[in-house]
Amino acid sequence: MKTGIGLPVFPGVSIGPAVVYRKSERTLPVSSGDPAVEQAKFNAAVETAREQLSALFEKAKIELGEEKAAIVEVQMLMLDDLDYLDGVAMAIEGGAAAAIAALDTGEEFAQVFAAMDDEYMNARSADVRDMSHRLYDILCGNTGFQLPEGSFLLVAEDLAPSETIQLPRENILAFVTRQGSSSSHTAILARTLNIPSLVQSNIDLEEAENCKILAVDGFTGTWYMDPDEETMAMLKAKQAEAAADRAALETYRGRESITKTGKKILLCANIGSPEDAEAAVAADCEGVGLMRSEFLYLGRDTLPSEDELFEAYKKVAQIMGDRPVVIRTLDIGADKQVSYLGLEKEENPALGLRGLRICLTREEIFRPQLRAILRASVYGNLQVMFPMVASVWELKAAKALCTVLRKELEEEGIATKEVPIGVMVETPAAAVLAHELAKEAAFFSVGTNDLTQYTLAVDRQNAKLDKFYDPYHPALMALLAHIAKSANEAGIWAGICGELGADPKMTEKFIEMGYTELSMAAGRILEARKIVCESEL
Amino acid sequence: MKEFKHVIADPLGMHARPAGMLVKAAAGYASKITVAAPTGTADAKRLMALMRLAAKQGMELTITVEGADEEKAAAELQAFLAANL
Repeated sequence: MKTGIGLPVFPGVSIGPAVVYRKSERTLPVSSGDPAVEQAKFNAAVETAREQLSALFEKAKIELGEEKAAIVEVQMLMLDDLDYLDGVAMAIEGGAAAAIAALDTGEEFAQVFAAMDDEYMNARSADVRDMSHRLYDILCGNTGFQLPEGSFLLVAEDLAPSETIQLPRENILAFVTRQGSSSSHTAILARTLNIPSLVQSNIDLEEAENCKILAVDGFTGTWYMDPDEETMAMLKAKQAEAAADRAALETYRGRESITKTGKKILLCANIGSPEDAEAAVAADCEGVGLMRSEFLYLGRDTLPSEDELFEAYKKVAQIMGDRPVVIRTLDIGADKQVSYLGLEKEENPALGLRGLRICLTREEIFRPQLRAILRASVYGNLQVMFPMVASVWELKAAKALCTVLRKELEEEGIATKEVPIGVMVETPAAAVLAHELAKEAAFFSVGTNDLTQYTLAVDRQNAKLDKFYDPYHPALMALLAHIAKSANEAGIWAGICGELGADPKMTEKFIEMGYTELSMAAGRILEARKIVCESEL
Repeated sequence: MKEFKHVIADPLGMHARPAGMLVKAAAGYASKITVAAPTGTADAKRLMALMRLAAKQGMELTITVEGADEEKAAAELQAFLAANL
């Protein structure tokens, strides 16, 4: 047995044969030496590509809906682009083989899009590449990858947009990719199809090809190659349990989360992107308790513009409607690869310049984000919280900036709404000072993961410390009780947004302490509602 | 030569789809059709050039039509943009 990890994008367990998706080997075509012949070959390939894409478009429209089919439509339009066709013709005239001309010209355009200062256009470079690779494949006589009959788990380095669409969705039990992000096409498709999947996994494609059985645990983000009997039994039990639970939990959909004595608990989702917000609504969430905004900052070369941030927040606000959305401001530090921020390497990033500390030090990062949130506030029910607060002055300083920015926007004639400002309680200092912070904050949301690591002085990235990382430690329980008590006394609400928020063993304990909001992965909401509704508290 | 202005109303700006539709519409005329945005200028018959403008909601586009069928093209494209972008 061999095992590894990945970033889970949908929970559940899948077990089955692995199929490794490879763009098959191509024989490099040699130019006939006659540009006229090469141009004719290219023109014929464009026609073939057009036929393939229009068939794919029809298939996608029926199976995935108009919106996703538009990905294919864009490629059909690119196929007719005069600049692209001119570029290819010039390369052919210069002696290139049709296949190489198609590929290289596509790559040139892809790079232009990738270099643009616009996230949407950056993503279009994948479409240009996808289109030019299709022409290349046709010109190399490549018929494409043949998938076997029956059901399987699909393993790949990464999947291109058109590849995710043309896959036989009914046969796929899981995706496991080495690349991709939680907002990649693969992840979105996994969530649309409700199949457990991992992206950014450490799976080896050769090994996956040779293994007989592959299993994916989308709850824990683990993959297993040829699981031993014990593991297999564990996974099968988990799978059966998950299926039975899902069926039973469906009866809680659409119900109010209220205990038998009438305590109303707000069950919210943790999200990272507008796409996640849609999945959260589908999972019957009552709000968003934690919107991480890091995804807007990672995997790019420049700071996102205020407009880009605004669009993302506005979209989430609109998707959620009246339901509350708590946006956590940027929580990034030297541990993340964000070169354009120019952060110095630190000995100890967990205790370094991160969270609100960066924001208070570097106003050019913080201002656009706060302005974007304020501008988006009129589209829904937005709230904001600051990470890594340790002192009351930090909260006051950030609040003061919000007031200034709101006034600034009003003077510019831009409408804003009152945005409640809360604290993400994750440092022991903030927990101990909760009664003081409660005078300044509109709410508390406890980030249990960091609060645990800081309180116990245990690095949660260090696997060797697992037995010391005890999220139920009495010191933590005392802090959690103090936070809720301080909030209740000040008349503000307190919630949990760390991993403990979804822990069924803790749900009643939190209600007892006085927490009225729990935020978790969207897939866990019905499970939590069941516990709340059955509670006698 | 005919010229008219259009302010982008689509919240996504000139993304691939409306750009593609504009190319298809523009291809139906003999006239040379140019789209000028604050970010640059592009031939309306060239998709990737239009996309490279990265024109956003609220930006003002100036469309210039020059050629034999310029009257008809300008009138029809103005209506097309009002309905689609």
